[in-house]
Amino acid sequence: MSLLSVRDIGIEFGGVTALQGVSLDVRPAEIFAIIGPNGAGKTTLFNVISGLYLPKQGRIELHGKDVTRFPVHRLSELGLSRTFQNLQVFFRMTAVENVMVGRHLHEKRGVLAHLFALPSVKRQNAETRAKAEELLAFVGLKGISDQTAGNLPYGALKRLEIARALAAEPKVLLLDEPAAGCNAVETAEIDEIIRKIAANGVAVVLVEHDMRLVMKISHRIHVLETGRTLVEGTAQEVRTNPKVIAAYLGKHAGEDAQHA
Amino acid sequence: MAQFLQYAFSGLTVGAVYALVALGFTLIYNASGVINFAQGEFVMLGGMVTVFATMAGVPLPLAALLAIAVAVLVGISLHLFAIEPAKGASAVTLIIITIGASILLRGLASVIFDKRFHALPAFVPGEPLRIGGASILPQSILVLAGAAIIVLLLWLFMSRTLMGKAMIATAANRMSARLVGINTVWIICASFAVSAAIGAVGGILVAPITLTNYDVGTLLALKGFSAAMLGGMGNPLGAIVGGLVVGLLEAFGAGYISSAYKDAIAFIVILLVLFVMPNGLFGKAGVERV
Amino acid sequence: MKMPKISQRHGVVLAILAIVLLLPFVMPSNFYFRIATLTFIFALAVLGLNLVMGYAGQVSLGHGGFFGIGAYAVAVGPVHFGIPGWAALPLGAALAGLIAFLIGRPILKLKGHYLAVATLGMGILIAMVFTNEARFTGGPDGMSVPRLVLFGWAVRGPITWYWVSGITLVIAAWLAMNLIDSPTGRAFRAIHDSEPASGVLGVDVARYKLTAFVLSAVYASIAGAFLALYDGGVTPRTADFLRSIEFVTMAVLGGLGSVIGSLVGAAFLTVLPQVLTVFHDYEHIVLGLLIILFMIFLREGIVPAIANRIFGRQR
Repeated sequence: MSLLSVRDIGIEFGGVTALQGVSLDVRPAEIFAIIGPNGAGKTTLFNVISGLYLPKQGRIELHGKDVTRFPVHRLSELGLSRTFQNLQVFFRMTAVENVMVGRHLHEKRGVLAHLFALPSVKRQNAETRAKAEELLAFVGLKGISDQTAGNLPYGALKRLEIARALAAEPKVLLLDEPAAGCNAVETAEIDEIIRKIAANGVAVVLVEHDMRLVMKISHRIHVLETGRTLVEGTAQEVRTNPKVIAAYLGKHAGEDAQHA
Repeated sequence: MAQFLQYAFSGLTVGAVYALVALGFTLIYNASGVINFAQGEFVMLGGMVTVFATMAGVPLPLAALLAIAVAVLVGISLHLFAIEPAKGASAVTLIIITIGASILLRGLASVIFDKRFHALPAFVPGEPLRIGGASILPQSILVLAGAAIIVLLLWLFMSRTLMGKAMIATAANRMSARLVGINTVWIICASFAVSAAIGAVGGILVAPITLTNYDVGTLLALKGFSAAMLGGMGNPLGAIVGGLVVGLLEAFGAGYISSAYKDAIAFIVILLVLFVMPNGLFGKAGVERV
Repeated sequence: MKMPKISQRHGVVLAILAIVLLLPFVMPSNFYFRIATLTFIFALAVLGLNLVMGYAGQVSLGHGGFFGIGAYAVAVGPVHFGIPGWAALPLGAALAGLIAFLIGRPILKLKGHYLAVATLGMGILIAMVFTNEARFTGGPDGMSVPRLVLFGWAVRGPITWYWVSGITLVIAAWLAMNLIDSPTGRAFRAIHDSEPASGVLGVDVARYKLTAFVLSAVYASIAGAFLALYDGGVTPRTADFLRSIEFVTMAVLGGLGSVIGSLVGAAFLTVLPQVLTVFHDYEHIVLGLLIILFMIFLREGIVPAIANRIFGRQR
């Protein structure tokens, strides 16, 4: 049974169609890549799935439940988490605090207890912090816990977002260009991190421009072009598909769609 | 009906001044991203300098020109000595700087002039005109006409001159404007100068009707800012409509409901409009990009 | 700076406690106690404003209104409804919190300058009620406030109020520091930096904005009640929009998102005008100039700017 199900999604901005009739299914522990030329609507699709944009048509299902109109924060309770292409780090907070925010839905809330720093709150704070440190180590960011996130280099911030998203203990993790700006060594590390995450049963949905990485780790690949599905299949199938080749050559010919 | 017209006339007169203040907010905001809370002080300077220059024997037209020149000078200084040195500071820091400037200007005005209320004689003497049973002062018509002329001149300036087009380009995208060779510092400076001039003209025109003193700028800035937000920040048309609407709401509120709560009606309407249209009447709804 | 967070948290509270405890040794007269008391009272309100503005990143130009609700609660309560001052104060705080809760819901959907103008309007509407409902509030002239009596002890005089307001400020700072380092506080700060990311991580953005707004209204209201009780009177000037602007200026001058900054900002705008009276008519000129200069040269606010210079680029 599919964990995340996208059904016939369509959305437009100011009359310009950004996505039309996109459907896909993601299974547990699967690494599922979404690729396509710039402007194909990959990030827009992520924004629709994670509840930031409301689609004009179609629906999103998590565990078979229609969540299309759920507010953003409710989706994380159902096991959806994500990172952002253009970095949405909490720049004024320290690295470890960034990840601690990711634990939010597993923490006890109650403003009064927080105001008076009751012993239970202190204990929970320590636990949350320990978990966050663990995750920082997992993504290879040991030893920078107390640095202000705004002072960290780009590559570290990309990993920080992965650690933060993992802190929520998602069932489905959307990664938007996790290897952007990474050198070969760093990309190999990201590769390993993604495989480990999936090995734990988490479905990883990946938007990525590094085709070598995508082809290497993805179980299935979904190709978008100008907001529509071009093909979906294994790396082998996608690589040899004439439509895909045309789409990517077309990109070089300058037919790059500019919206979305 | 006569009463309705009467309220409408007085609302439009005050609203025209609010519209000019709101327009000043908009010009500076568009060029620099700064919300200038010293905008009301330009109106104060317009009125006060004219009053004191005429008291010193300067003929009215010359006094008015002098007042505009003083306001422009103050506007340019505000930019050069307070805003430009704080370049790159956060929006709220810049707002506090303009609040500091407004305190400073009020302090200067109270020392150089005085703390009393002053009125100018009407520029166009004569009996109030009777329209539909309501009476309207010739000076009120002058205020409205003056505001209309300013708006028209501004529009011509923006759409016909290179400088105006550069200002529009800067408002749309400061970085790109700089890349195509527009000197954006100079443009921001110009926007402070033009805003100051617009404010001063408003202050001069309305001085015979509403009296002026060193302290009138505070409330005007408040109303002008509210009007600009009601219209949709950054939209000159919105600023003008917002100003007139706030003026009319005040006048009708005072006339039909309660003069004590006249400001309340304006603000309740502003709140209600924003609840329905969170970007003001003419503001663009932006898509959050992540 | 490898200091663990915990000690920094206690350090801030201890620093404020030390100021409150030590200041009396260097203050020669009641006049100084009065200025210090006013500083603490305003710092309390600014601290609250900092929760919503400095931490959660939501601007409010209407906190003078909540300050006024607290002030008028301890005036109107005893005079018109026979509620003793000690009960009127928490009732006023609850009322301010309730109003913030009701108004906050629609208002906090607005962003940036639109939020600023909406809160400004809210503050002005509240202040207008004080001016116009003269039957209860005494109108523009205001009304006198009965002395606070606690268990038969009349709380009066600058020295008594110095300790009441000082200790309250220390407790308020302790609560704020606790909150900042809790899931709620982290949610506030996360919202400030990125609303989409906060939401995706399960933070109910609208709810936490509202929490911050309500808390800050309660802080402001208690501060307002203190001022009215201390002064023995209240006028609409207590709550007008200039008061709101003053709070924001204090918060920004001291440093947004800094608890100590709240105290420093409040001290700046309370002490300075007293010092500047030596300039007589030139007082406002100097005050305006100083605000401009401080904001140009210490643009992050006094406390964060100084901290950055001492400790290097750290929070």
